[in-house]
Amino acid sequence: MTGNENGMRLGFGLGKKNPLSMQVDLTRLQRATDEEQKSTDIKGKSSSFAKDGMKRLLKNPIADISMVVILLIVLAVIIIPEVWPYSYDLQLGTKYSDGSYNNLGPMEYGTTELAKIAAGETIWPHLFGTDSLGRDYFIRVVYGARISLIVGVFASVIVLVIGSIYGAISGYFGGKVDMIMMRIVDIIYSLPDLLIIVLLSSILNTVLSFSSGSFLATLGTGMISIFIVFALLYWVGMARLVRGQILSLKKEDFVLASKASGASGPWIIFKHLLPNSLSVIIISVTLQIPSAIFTESFLSFIGLGVSAPMPSLGSLADDALGSIQSYPYRLIIPAAIISLIILAFNLLGDGLRDAFDPKLQK
Amino acid sequence: MNVKFFSYIVKRVLLAFVTVIAVITITFFAMQAIPGGPFTSEKSVSADTLALLEAQYGLDKPLFIQYLNYLKGALVWNFGPSIKQTGRYVSDIIFTDFKISGIIGLIALIIATTFGIFFGSIAATRQNHWDDRVIMVLSTACIALPSFIIATVFLLVFCVQLNVLPIGSTSIGGYVLPTLTLSLYPMAYITRLTRSSTLDVLNQDYIKMARAKGLPNYKVLFKHALRNSLTPVITYIGPEFAYIITGSLVVEKIFAIPGLGNDFVGSISNRDYPMIMGTTIFLTDIMVIMLLVSDILYKVADPKVDFD
Repeated sequence: MTGNENGMRLGFGLGKKNPLSMQVDLTRLQRATDEEQKSTDIKGKSSSFAKDGMKRLLKNPIADISMVVILLIVLAVIIIPEVWPYSYDLQLGTKYSDGSYNNLGPMEYGTTELAKIAAGETIWPHLFGTDSLGRDYFIRVVYGARISLIVGVFASVIVLVIGSIYGAISGYFGGKVDMIMMRIVDIIYSLPDLLIIVLLSSILNTVLSFSSGSFLATLGTGMISIFIVFALLYWVGMARLVRGQILSLKKEDFVLASKASGASGPWIIFKHLLPNSLSVIIISVTLQIPSAIFTESFLSFIGLGVSAPMPSLGSLADDALGSIQSYPYRLIIPAAIISLIILAFNLLGDGLRDAFDPKLQK
Repeated sequence: MNVKFFSYIVKRVLLAFVTVIAVITITFFAMQAIPGGPFTSEKSVSADTLALLEAQYGLDKPLFIQYLNYLKGALVWNFGPSIKQTGRYVSDIIFTDFKISGIIGLIALIIATTFGIFFGSIAATRQNHWDDRVIMVLSTACIALPSFIIATVFLLVFCVQLNVLPIGSTSIGGYVLPTLTLSLYPMAYITRLTRSSTLDVLNQDYIKMARAKGLPNYKVLFKHALRNSLTPVITYIGPEFAYIITGSLVVEKIFAIPGLGNDFVGSISNRDYPMIMGTTIFLTDIMVIMLLVSDILYKVADPKVDFD
C-alpha cells in the first residue's frame, strides 16, 4: 500500500467510524437558513484608496477651510470682472475729463458722480477707491488675482506635463538613458533658479515681440517669459519625484503582466505607471501653484512681470510702494490677497499629502 | 578616507564646476540674443570707431572665440566695465556692494539660527500644547508669506505708522528691519527642522535612559537630545547663507539698502547687461561653493549617510 492511498482512506473513510476520530460527521450538519446566510454578507460598501483619502482630507479642518477659501477666490475672479461696471483699464478721470477721479479713497465718488447722486441716480461705489490714474482699484485687485491664479495654474500644468513625462521615461527605461537624463536634471536642479529667472525674464522681455492685438500680446512678454522659464527650469523637481515613483512601480507584477501580453513602453507608462503615481503628482502640483504665484508676484514686484495696464497682485503691490505714506491700504489689499492664496494652497497641499501619501499613514 | 568618499567628492566637485560653466554659458548666449551690441548708445559712433572698439574688446572674433574669452574672464570674476555706471568695473561694484549684503545676511542668519533652535526645541518638548501650536502656526505663516510682503508690512508698521525707524537710511536703524525680514524665513524653517528632528531624537532609547536616570528635563534636552537633533540644522545653514543673499533682492529694494541685491534689480531696469551677467555668475559661484562645502561636511559629520 502506498502512502497516497493510505491518506485517501483516512480523508474519505466516512463509513468506518473510529470513536476517537476528529472527523466531522457530515450527516449531522444542517443547512443555514436564509437569514443566517444574510448575516455573513459584507455590510459596508467597499472603500477605495481615493475614497479613504477624501475622507481623511475632509476630516482635516485646516484643509477644508483652505479648499473653501480657494473656491471662493476662484469664483470671485471668474464672476466679478463680468458683472462689475468698471473695467480694469478704464481711467475714470479721462473718461469724464475730470481730475477728481484720481486717488479717490475707499467709497468716495468723483465730482460728476456726486452730481448724479444728488440728482437721484445710483452710482456703483468704488469699494477700494481709485488709483493715481483714476482706475477703480477693486476691479484691478480682482483682475490681478485672476492673473496670478492663471499664472499659477498654467505654470503648474507646464511643469506637470514636462516633468512627469521626462521622469516617467527616465525611470521606465533605466540604465544609461536614466543616467544621462538624471545628470541633466542634476545640473538644472543646481542652477540658482531665482537668478536665472530674473536673467531670462529681463532678456526675453527685450527679445520677444508679438503682433499687437494677439492674445500673446495682451498677456505681455513678461508673462510669456515666466511660462518659458517655468518650462525650462521648474520641471526638474517633478521629474525626480515621478522617476522615483516609476522606479518602485515598474517592479510590480501588473507591469510584468502587461509586458508579457505585449504592451509597448508608452502604453505601460501612460496606462499603468503614471495613473498609479497620480496621488503624488497631484499633491506636488498643488504645492507648485503657490510657488508659481509667488514667483510671478516676485517678478512683477521687481518690474519684470505683466505689462501695463494689466495688473497682477505683485505689480499692484509694487505700484503702491511709491505712495505707501499716503495710501497704505493699496499695498495692504493685494499683499493680503497674495498671502491668502499662497497660504491656502500650501495648507491644502499639506492636507492632501497627509491624506493621500501612503508612506505617511501610520 | 576611503575610495567611495573620494569618488563622491570628485563627482560633487565636477557637478559644481559644470553648474558654473552652464550658468556662464547661459548668460553669454542670453547676452548675444539681445539686439544691439555693447557700444550701441544714443551717441552715434562712426563705423571706423566702432570697428576699432570691437577689435579692442575682441568682439570682431568668431562667436566661439568670444565665448571662450568670456568664459576665461568669468571664471576669475572679470566681467568687464559696466555700461551704465561709466568708469567702474562690474567686479568692483559687486565686491563693494557684496560687503553690505554679506554682513546683513550673516547677522540675519545668526539671529535665525539662535531663535530657530530655541523655538524649535520649545515646540518639540511641548508637543501639542498651546505654545507648540502657536509656534507652528507662526512658522508656517512665515514660510508661506513672500518676503516682499513681510518687508512691506514691516515698513508700513514701523516706519510709516509708528515712525520709530528711518526708511532708506544708512545708519544702524535703517538696517534693523531688512535684517529682521531676511531672518524670518530661515528662522521659521530652522524652527520646524529642529522641532521634527528633536521629536525623533526624544523617542530614542538613550533619551528614555537619561530620563529614567532621573535627569531634569532641561538637562535631557540640552545635554543629550540637542546635540544629535542639530545635524540637519547645521547642514541647512550653509546653502541658506547663499540663498539669503539672493533673497535679499526685493528686501534691499524695499528698504533702499545699497547692497548687491538692490544693484542687481537696478541693473535690470537700467538694462545694464554686463552688470546683470556679472551678478548672476558671482552669486551662482557663491551658492555652488556653499552647497559643495555643506554637502561634503554633511557626509563627513554623519557616517550613516551612504554615498550614491
